[in-house]
Amino acid sequence: MLEVKEISVWFGERKVIDNVSIALGSGEILALLGPNGAGKTTLLRALNGTVALKSGAIALNGAPLEELSRREIARNIAVVAQENETKFPITVLEFTLAGRFTRGAAFGWETEHDVEAANNALEMCDLSGYAKRVMNELSGGERQRVVLARALAAETGILLLDEPTANLDLAHQALMFRLVRERCRDAAASAIVITHDLNLASEFAERVILLKGGQIFAQGPTAQVLTRENLQEVYDVQVLLDENPASGKVRVTTVY
Amino acid sequence: MLIAALLIAVSVGSERLAFFDLSDTQRSILFDIRLPRVLLGACVGASLAAAGASLQALLRNPLAEPYLLGVSNGAALGTMLAFVFFEQFFFARPLFALAGAGLATFTVYQMARSRAGMNVERLVLSGVIVTTFLSSIIVLFTSLLDAARLRGFTFWLLGDLSQATMSGFYLTLAASVLGTIVLRSQARPLNLMMIGERDAMDFGVEVGRVRLIVFGIASLLVGTSVAASGSVGYVGLIVPHLVRLSVGSDNRLVVPLSAIAGAIFVVLADTVARTVIAPRELPVGAITALIGAPLFIYLLRRN
Repeated sequence: MLEVKEISVWFGERKVIDNVSIALGSGEILALLGPNGAGKTTLLRALNGTVALKSGAIALNGAPLEELSRREIARNIAVVAQENETKFPITVLEFTLAGRFTRGAAFGWETEHDVEAANNALEMCDLSGYAKRVMNELSGGERQRVVLARALAAETGILLLDEPTANLDLAHQALMFRLVRERCRDAAASAIVITHDLNLASEFAERVILLKGGQIFAQGPTAQVLTRENLQEVYDVQVLLDENPASGKVRVTTVY
Repeated sequence: MLIAALLIAVSVGSERLAFFDLSDTQRSILFDIRLPRVLLGACVGASLAAAGASLQALLRNPLAEPYLLGVSNGAALGTMLAFVFFEQFFFARPLFALAGAGLATFTVYQMARSRAGMNVERLVLSGVIVTTFLSSIIVLFTSLLDAARLRGFTFWLLGDLSQATMSGFYLTLAASVLGTIVLRSQARPLNLMMIGERDAMDFGVEVGRVRLIVFGIASLLVGTSVAASGSVGYVGLIVPHLVRLSVGSDNRLVVPLSAIAGAIFVVLADTVARTVIAPRELPVGAITALIGAPLFIYLLRRN
């Protein structure tokens, strides 16, 4: 689906991403972890072609990414990023329908099917009854869920999520990951998730990439990468590891 | 509503006209003076409002307005250069106006954007700087004009429909209809760009292309309007704002409805300008600015 070969990204004289390779398989969630400034967001942006590569290559379903139009890329990859405030009174439904831009005629109106897809996505994200509300009047967490709903409404094979749970309460953090999990399982989609919540990553991700200084420090199956040595080295903090009694997955506790 | 406004505007004036039993003088007033003026006003209003609505969506800023961004002044300077150096060519004025509008748009955009994106303050400030800079050049040129032309020119600068001719109307009509259609075709991408440029890219919009089309067409609309009637200010601010209040932010509605409402607005404002101190006249730009400036302050405070 998505194949990343030895890519590097430079911002001016500064190397931000250094020789990173990733293969994203069908149906999996890949967690992208690392400290602030490790290059996680830049890497995610490079994957949908919104940040230019200095070297290396990315292939989407076998086709070189740089030869695809924005529309073709967006048909396959949806992004969940931090939403910036808008000064216009855009409704939740209008915002969500932006995810349907690549479907049908670009200049016309959405079809009934588009509206249905958007409403379904809103319902999944626990936002039934929000369709006519104005984005500016929602809380940060509610807006964050609308941003997820927009990406789900796009019905793409790949989801890229940049700290999707940053503003969410406990229940909605779990909901967010469950939705991504279901989408990956039922629609054979796959997702790359940037998160600072190591325990959510441990619960939901099949694989983990630990990024440090723009390079891959470690990657592999979640339990193998989330080790005490790796985490202490990458995050420069003391951690304790044990087992989550409910799921049996690795549980990370920070020592303060 | 537009038709009603046109009829009222044609009928009302320092010489009140019925629609039947006109004398030759009245007929001449109607067809040679008033009708071109009213029709031109409608086209100018449509052009400015559609351009304003689209620029606001593109720049993600409800305060973006051709007059405040310096686009109108760019067009005015272009028109003036054409007026001074190429007076004999009919197409020189709109062409130079278009070039001036395009250059001003480009300059303000480059000044306002930074690595962190574009914020309201930067945009408004850049607009003010470009506007005042262009104004000073315009003043420099006006000092070259003789007294008789000077008064006409001062009126024209403030936005004046009294020089309307049918040929000017046809050109502005063509531009306003074509321009509004093209802008409407970009309305859905603009809906996404209104949320954010990066979001729009993520969800499949060719942001660079949309930006080029909207800047180009907005320059065309403002350029032809200014060439025909000077800088009628604030139309692009007031009208889209009122339209959004009634239909929401969807540009597929806002852009065409702004064009229609803009036509009505300028026609009515010009009717007021012609009649309040009749038989003397005010430039229509004075009326629109009287309404627009307080609204701008209100919007800025609310931001």
